Amino acid sequence: MLFARYAELLGSERVEVDLPERATADDLINALRQLPGGALLPPQPFVAMNHAQVRAGQRLAPGAEIALLPPLAGG
Amino acid sequence: MPRLSHSPLDLEALVEAIAQPSQGAVATFAGLVRDHHAGRAVTRLAYSAYEPMAEAACEAIIAEAQQRFGVRADLRHRLGDVPIGEAAVVIVAAAAHRAEAFDAVRWMIDEVKSRVPIWKRERYADGTEAWVDPTVPDGIVAARQSP
Repeated sequence: MLFARYAELLGSERVEVDLPERATADDLINALRQLPGGALLPPQPFVAMNHAQVRAGQRLAPGAEIALLPPLAGG
Repeated sequence: MPRLSHSPLDLEALVEAIAQPSQGAVATFAGLVRDHHAGRAVTRLAYSAYEPMAEAACEAIIAEAQQRFGVRADLRHRLGDVPIGEAAVVIVAAAAHRAEAFDAVRWMIDEVKSRVPIWKRERYADGTEAWVDPTVPDGIVAARQSP
C-alpha cells in the first residue's frame, strides 16, 4: 500500500509486484523503483508490515500487508 | 474508541471525560491549522492517514503516557480537509498535580508527530500544492496540481 506523496508518484494507493520467496523490504523497494514513477522514491523509505516498522534485512511474510510510508507530518 | 476523526474536534468534551475528583490538574494541547508555512500563504490543508496503523499508534501513545507519567490521557487527530484556525490535534492529560499533566501532554504531541502515520497536503494562495515533509529543508515537497 502506498500513501500520500508515494501514492501520487506511482499513481495508485495499491500496487502489485512479483517478489521471490524470502524477499526483504529492499527487494520490494527495488521492484517498486522499476515501476513508472517509482524511480523518484527515496532509496530507503519507511516500510511497515502489518502496521509495524520493518527492520533492515527483515523478510516480508507472504500475505502480510506491506505499506510504504512517506515522512510523517501529523500534528 | 477511534482517535482519528473527520469531524471537528471537541477539546472541551475530552476534558470533561478525563477529569476526575482525585485529579487536580488537567493539561491540554491543541494544534491548530496555520495560515502560513515556509513564507507562503496557506489557504487549505488536508490530512490523510494509514488509518489502522495510525489508530494503533495513537492507542499506544495514550497507554504509554498513562504508564510513564501516571496520568489519564486521551487524544484526537483530525483527518480530511481542515479549515485554517481549526484544531488538527487535541491532547489532554489529567493528574493529581500539574507537573505530570504538563509533561505528559508535551511528550504525547512529540510522539504523535514522530510515530503516527499521518500526512499533510497544503494548498497555497497561488493555487499550488505541496506535501509537508519535515525531513527536507523547506519542509515541503512540491505536489502535482490537483485535477
